[in-house]
Amino acid sequence: MVAAEQVWAALDEIPDPEIPVISVVDLGVIRSVDVREGHVRIEFTPTFLGCPALETMKAAMEAKVAALGAEPEVRVIADDSWSTDKITPAGREKLRQAGFAPPAPREASAPKLVQLQANVFRCPYCGSTETRLENIFGPTPCRSLRYCESCRQPFEQFKTI
Amino acid sequence: MPAPRAERLLELADDELVLGWHESEWTGIAPTLEEDVAFSSIAQNEIGHARAAYELAAADLGTDADALAFDRRPEEYRCAPLVELRLLDWAHTIARRWLYETADEVRVTALKDDPDAEVAGLAAKIDREEAYHRMHAEMWHERLRDEPRFREAVEELWPYAVALLPEKLRPELATRTGLELPSNSLLQGKGRGEHVAELAEMWDEMTMVRRSAPAGAQW
Repeated sequence: MVAAEQVWAALDEIPDPEIPVISVVDLGVIRSVDVREGHVRIEFTPTFLGCPALETMKAAMEAKVAALGAEPEVRVIADDSWSTDKITPAGREKLRQAGFAPPAPREASAPKLVQLQANVFRCPYCGSTETRLENIFGPTPCRSLRYCESCRQPFEQFKTI
Repeated sequence: MPAPRAERLLELADDELVLGWHESEWTGIAPTLEEDVAFSSIAQNEIGHARAAYELAAADLGTDADALAFDRRPEEYRCAPLVELRLLDWAHTIARRWLYETADEVRVTALKDDPDAEVAGLAAKIDREEAYHRMHAEMWHERLRDEPRFREAVEELWPYAVALLPEKLRPELATRTGLELPSNSLLQGKGRGEHVAELAEMWDEMTMVRRSAPAGAQW
């Protein structure tokens, strides 16, 4: 019989397809793992609904469960009960070390442009707060592009959801 | 009595799919590299919203998201003419982005209170993501608002944006944009359920690959 802990450990081996330094568990996108008589139901929420890695992540989770000898059922939960605040502290540190500034905490209402321009965003390389917004959008929907005036390095800022 | 939820979902999904498709046409030819990135990302995310809404609708209609996106005839789509227009200049493209995002915010805000919990949950998720599209639209609106070409484009597209929303939500759109609601005669031919010629042309291209293989093909 497969235990939930084994499933979590197996899922923790799946790297985020777009940011492979962090696992899908550290990314906090796994909502729940429910094991019942060889049937494993996983619920997850993509950072953004337009995430190009959604199908890849789903297939990787199914493969991990199947490798444990259980029958997978992976469900995508598309609601607002997930936020980037769910990224684990370890995950945030891994992101920072790889040059991705972790997301700012979620607030009651969605962020405004003025906040992205005026709030403090720290450079993941040198720690300076002298950074400016280059582009609200980046290589994937979940990232923005910023530039550090101190170390003159462009970097990617994880968006707050 | 509210319309069946599949209908509300298809209106949203068709708008986002068709607009996302048109926005993606700017990839590689936008005026700056940063806008290439922005339009590609916005397009991808709009189509992601369409996929999520099609999936919910498909569960009710006993079909799947791809069939809803690609196997209907153009006249069966529930999108509004605003998103169907093939706009080939930047002033019009930005005018539509700004008008669409403002109208979409009014619609999505209303859907967050939908009696159906799944529709309301999806709307709340979409709203959080669209916040970034709105920032982009507002940034450009600030930059171009006094340019004559942009003002003319807004004036031309404004009735289309109004006609995208049901009547009861239109005053809210007028408040948010600071524009006056147009007379009913100006809305003719621009309402949801009516289509402009560009939709059929786009549909032909959008569904070409899928139609090239017999039904049941595995990709």
